[in-house]
Amino acid sequence: MILIEKLNLRFADKIILHDFSARIETGKFLGVFGPNGAGKSTFLQAILGLKQYTGRILIFDKPNYKGNPYMGYLSQFRQYASTNLLSGRAYLSAVSQGFRWGLPRTSPTEKKQIESLIQLIGAEEFIDRPYLSLSGGERQRIALAQALLGQPKVLLLDEPLSGLDPAQQEKMVQLISKIQKQFNITVLFTAHDINPLLGVMDQVLYLAQGKAIIGPVNEIINSEKLSWLYDAPIKVINHNNHLFVIHEKSGSNINVHDHPFC
Amino acid sequence: MFMIIHFVKELLSYDFMVHALAAGTMAAIVSAILGYFVVLRAQSFAAHALSHIGFAGAAAAGLVGLSVTTGQLGLTLLAAIGMGCLGKKTSRSDVAIGITLAFSLGLGILFLYFYSNYAGKAMSILFGDLLGVSSELLKTMLVYSVASLAGLCLIARPLLFSSLEPELAEAKGVSLELISILFFILVSVAITEASQVVGILLVFALLIGPAASALCWTRSFWNGLLLSILLGLAIVWLGILLTYLTDWPASFWISALSFFSYLISRNSRNLTQ
Repeated sequence: MILIEKLNLRFADKIILHDFSARIETGKFLGVFGPNGAGKSTFLQAILGLKQYTGRILIFDKPNYKGNPYMGYLSQFRQYASTNLLSGRAYLSAVSQGFRWGLPRTSPTEKKQIESLIQLIGAEEFIDRPYLSLSGGERQRIALAQALLGQPKVLLLDEPLSGLDPAQQEKMVQLISKIQKQFNITVLFTAHDINPLLGVMDQVLYLAQGKAIIGPVNEIINSEKLSWLYDAPIKVINHNNHLFVIHEKSGSNINVHDHPFC
Repeated sequence: MFMIIHFVKELLSYDFMVHALAAGTMAAIVSAILGYFVVLRAQSFAAHALSHIGFAGAAAAGLVGLSVTTGQLGLTLLAAIGMGCLGKKTSRSDVAIGITLAFSLGLGILFLYFYSNYAGKAMSILFGDLLGVSSELLKTMLVYSVASLAGLCLIARPLLFSSLEPELAEAKGVSLELISILFFILVSVAITEASQVVGILLVFALLIGPAASALCWTRSFWNGLLLSILLGLAIVWLGILLTYLTDWPASFWISALSFFSYLISRNSRNLTQ
């Protein structure tokens, strides 16, 4: 369980969250949404203990800290310094217990865990190919396996769908949902488009302009709540089980907002 | 076969050749291992700058009557700590590193101007003097080798993690700054050692050439490291042999072999993908 109390979070001079409190129960799937720059990644980094804040974040009743083994993380910002031919397996193995001092040797137990994760994410076919030559979807699956190393109880997934086509997005969401249910993991999942996640989310957290609201999907993604959040008239349209958020400007001027769920 | 054994016996009958082989072997192994991480972290330019910064330290030490190697290592270590503090920004700080590099070379030239008797020694620092390695220097190199490899054994795991996935490593509690500082300290020791063989200007030949070549061929960390060591050893041993046969400078042969090793590997890379 994640308990957030009176969280105040900033990114440079910008307020991301002000006196925000929430409780995310164990084994729940929370979608985190908001426009570019709203602070979705910063929020996840605060939970990881990588960003400074005031207030309290408790992970299973204990204050959070950097390197908490309960947490698995998939970062949106991944930079690869060099071009090399190291395989997906090499990238996965390097993460296993990579925070410990000593030589990068994988024990039989770690090897077993790596093999079972490769099977879990269905990467048997491409895991031994050069990692940097893999497709976006294949790399994201390996990144998910990296996040799952150490059997975390909380998964923080920052934009795992970015750069994927709709079919790959669907596969990725189903895979994460399956893993979440199988291991009873709490998932915090940031995304730009709410639609691929509609069937799997238990709750939604929506961030915008330093404000945040959290709750079940239909209670949050509606015209009333989003208009309050944006301080502007917002229309939510459900078309064939596909949500569209429209930003209405001065009555006749209707524009699709710059971060539409479509 | 008999001819080869006779030739090797002849080669090893000279003390300077035995010293050259021993020094070259140590420098090749240490450089190949640390160089592997340097290339993986895309910090070749920073490593190149470290070697040049050492020149100012060596020249300053010569001016005040200290051991050249001590002066070189001292200033390289200081620069290493400075670069390490940049953490993951090191590979994006080429302007700052480049300016520091130029300033250090300038300082080295100033020190040489004040102490012109030192100019001959400066040449061997810049271009190496593999065939002039003394027993004393060999002992110093052995200490450097053991110290840098022991240090690497301690940090290799988080170093590899932070080299491949820095954001994830940070989230898992690895201090990128600390690892970066420790790594650059080890690199500065390796550079000081390698420069005894090929000189400050050609350190790249041992530090980057074998490692960059190995990374073009291998898909696993350990295979890459092993190939990097084998290539480093082959380059140095073959370089010494060619020096003996042609009487051309050892630094030339080593840097040329390193260049062709990388050229072939780079062009073959697409075949292995």
